[in-house]
Amino acid sequence: MRLKLIPQETSIDFFKLWKVWVGISGVLLLLALVSFMARGLNYGIDFRGGTTIRTESAQPVDVAAYRAALDTLDLGDVSISEVFDPSFGPDKNVAMVRIQAQDEQEAVTPELIAAVEGALLQVAPDIKFISVESVGPKVSGELIKTAILAVVLAMGAVLIYVWLRFEWQFAVGAVLALVHDVVLTIGIFSEIQIRFDLAIIAALLTIVGYSLNDTVVVFDRVRENLRKYKKKPLSEVLNQSINETLSRTVMTSVTTLLALFSLYFLGGDVIRGFVFAMIWGVIVGTYSSVFIASTVVLWLGVKRDWSKPDKTGGNQFANVDA
Amino acid sequence: MFQINLWRRVLIWLLCLTGVALALPNAFYTRVEQHNDAIVAIEQGADTPENQRLAELWPNWLPSDLVNLGLDLRGGAHLLAEVQVRDVYESRMEAMWPEIRDTLRPLRDTVGTIRLQKSPPGTLHVRIGDAEGMNRAVAAVKDLARPIQTLTGAGSTDITVRGQGDMLIVTLSDAEKQASDDRTVRQALEIVRRRIDEVGTREPTIQRQGSDRILIQVPGIGSAAELKEIIGTTAQLTFNPVVGRGTDANSNPGLGNKILPSIDENGVYYTIESAPVVTGEELVDAQPSFDQNGRPAVSFRFNTSGARKFGNYTAENIGSPFAIVLDDEVISAPVIQSHIPGGSGIITGNFTVEESTNLAVLLRAGALPAGLDFLEERTIGPELGQDSIDAGKIATLVAFVAVLVFMVLSYGLFGVFANVALILNVAMIFGLLSLIGATLTLPGIAGIVLTVGMAVDANVLVFERIREELKSARGPVRAIELGYERALSAILDANITTFITAVILFTMGSGPVRGFAVTLGLGILTSVFTAIFVTRLMIVMWFERRRPKTIEV
Repeated sequence: MRLKLIPQETSIDFFKLWKVWVGISGVLLLLALVSFMARGLNYGIDFRGGTTIRTESAQPVDVAAYRAALDTLDLGDVSISEVFDPSFGPDKNVAMVRIQAQDEQEAVTPELIAAVEGALLQVAPDIKFISVESVGPKVSGELIKTAILAVVLAMGAVLIYVWLRFEWQFAVGAVLALVHDVVLTIGIFSEIQIRFDLAIIAALLTIVGYSLNDTVVVFDRVRENLRKYKKKPLSEVLNQSINETLSRTVMTSVTTLLALFSLYFLGGDVIRGFVFAMIWGVIVGTYSSVFIASTVVLWLGVKRDWSKPDKTGGNQFANVDA
Repeated sequence: MFQINLWRRVLIWLLCLTGVALALPNAFYTRVEQHNDAIVAIEQGADTPENQRLAELWPNWLPSDLVNLGLDLRGGAHLLAEVQVRDVYESRMEAMWPEIRDTLRPLRDTVGTIRLQKSPPGTLHVRIGDAEGMNRAVAAVKDLARPIQTLTGAGSTDITVRGQGDMLIVTLSDAEKQASDDRTVRQALEIVRRRIDEVGTREPTIQRQGSDRILIQVPGIGSAAELKEIIGTTAQLTFNPVVGRGTDANSNPGLGNKILPSIDENGVYYTIESAPVVTGEELVDAQPSFDQNGRPAVSFRFNTSGARKFGNYTAENIGSPFAIVLDDEVISAPVIQSHIPGGSGIITGNFTVEESTNLAVLLRAGALPAGLDFLEERTIGPELGQDSIDAGKIATLVAFVAVLVFMVLSYGLFGVFANVALILNVAMIFGLLSLIGATLTLPGIAGIVLTVGMAVDANVLVFERIREELKSARGPVRAIELGYERALSAILDANITTFITAVILFTMGSGPVRGFAVTLGLGILTSVFTAIFVTRLMIVMWFERRRPKTIEV
């Protein structure tokens, strides 16, 4: 007996409730934007410069004491947070100390780091500095520019590819679904204030790739069915295509999520934020390829007869007599 | 479709086998690493029994390339330095003054007195007593200009000279500034590399980034501060009188002398006087050029005090050799041809153009040509790296097992085929990573885990399609054929789009992001290969053997 997450044949009407899906997505997008405006992202030092120090000590982390020790140095914005991970033993207490980029300093000063390390040693004599990372504001400004450019370029490239392989309506649908995924991911990062660093950009681009993968598989089937059933209304063709590929969509999402969850729980705290972004992206990406991308295509309509020139533009009923 | 001819089968299995063979060393990481280190040590002459024993830890006929571990996995230090290229302009202009003075001095009748004025950095203002003679002065100083030997700066000279009233203004030309910036960064890069190589750490990465930056990554070093100290030490360049030349390193050099090896003549040792005539600190410039006979040479220039010492020494020692010594190795020992008064000279020898370029770089590499500003520095402790490796290993293993079990539960025997392909897939990723000498980072491991999840996708697409085709009851052979045929366009489109994002990540990203892009991109290539060729071949082979009337996918 086979394990079947989805029955062999489904005939779910995905568009019956399309207003609900679009409504939900709309509200979520709005929430994401509001959250982004109101709270902003918790940028890591990659993007805003500064220093992070990862400390490890046998004694429990006393955030207040650490803060008191560092306050005397007058470093501006300092954030101290304890890091928890199931793999840490009782005598392994890890904290992250983040110090803002110091005013009018393009470069990183070793004196600053030495001063911070000295102050912390006063509080916890056995403290070890497991990693120390500093990024000057000059570089961080460039990094953020490159990161945004990378995401925009990736979307542009995808738009062109899907446009070439399919029709422009599909390209628009695919890219809107991608924007949806990226905005929602940024939204969740601003809402729960997970550190947003260079690795998260990689995660974002992977989400773009993954979501696209899903969308393209559905579209591929739509294209096939459009040729097969020339007289069926577009909504039925879309529905049928989504149903036919649903089993695969779910299978792939589940295997990917299996892998990602194992990384999330067992992969250590260093990449947890990165993996979290990917898990969220896979879930949102799967949802958007089923509900958003196809709805957009339905709205825009598609040229139906592939052998004749397009006379009436993108109307879904353009070729009923073909 | 169902007929796969023999040579194609052999080719597919051969590719798989190659992938596994290339990946194999990584399963015995420490052992292979020791083997590789020992081989290198033996090649360099340290043929000890201990090294022999270590070299035998891994058979020589097997591939021994390993995946490099990134800083976040191995621990180490990372620095991004910006070379302050402008520093150089100032010292260049300062060094011009004696030359200009000596040029104008014979023209005193026309130009009057010559006085160096306080000048803004990077320029030289010289006041002459008689403004009428300005044209003559400008022309004379212009004769000092040297042509620039770069592609972009062809036809231009290194300085611009203009007169303004009674003020003669000399600046570096834009083309020379550009050429100088490039030289400065290359020179800094060369010094940094020499400094770090001297410490002998494993696989340091020293790269030029953009026009004026240097990226330095050294695994296994304690901290970025330590790394900065190493880079900060200046190389010791000296010009010493040569006493003798021989092949015995242990002979008695005599009082006040020492014996140093030659850098490129094996087994040759020079006896030189310990006290240098001039040191590299007094060298302001060295550039590849050509001698009167058109042979590659290196021209160099000292500052004022260096020029005087060098001039006096060469005048007194025509015909005898002097040694150019860098870090206790003799770079070259040319014979003094003539008195060299102006502080600039030319080193000839049996150089190729490349050698003269390198020697110029080495000469300039005596000390860092300009200050370094550190824009980014990261220290990752080895403990954290080890933790990450351990966690990554467990996570990958669990992810692997979960996906394998899930596939068998979902697709039965076909799931087993997909699993074999998946295992080959991961082996091939590691094989390719080792082959191209890529660096595995923590996000890279995440990329592999993600590939484990996504690699089954192509198989899932095919299997789902076969299921659908089976429903139209055309028999198992036809269903499998159609399944592959019809799933192909979806597989290709889906993977090409993901590959596009991987390429963009690779070109735009840096450091960890790049590592991720590499594993993701390679993972896409191998997973498409295994899904389209390997799984299909397995299904076909199974089918030929069993000839089932019905199949269940």
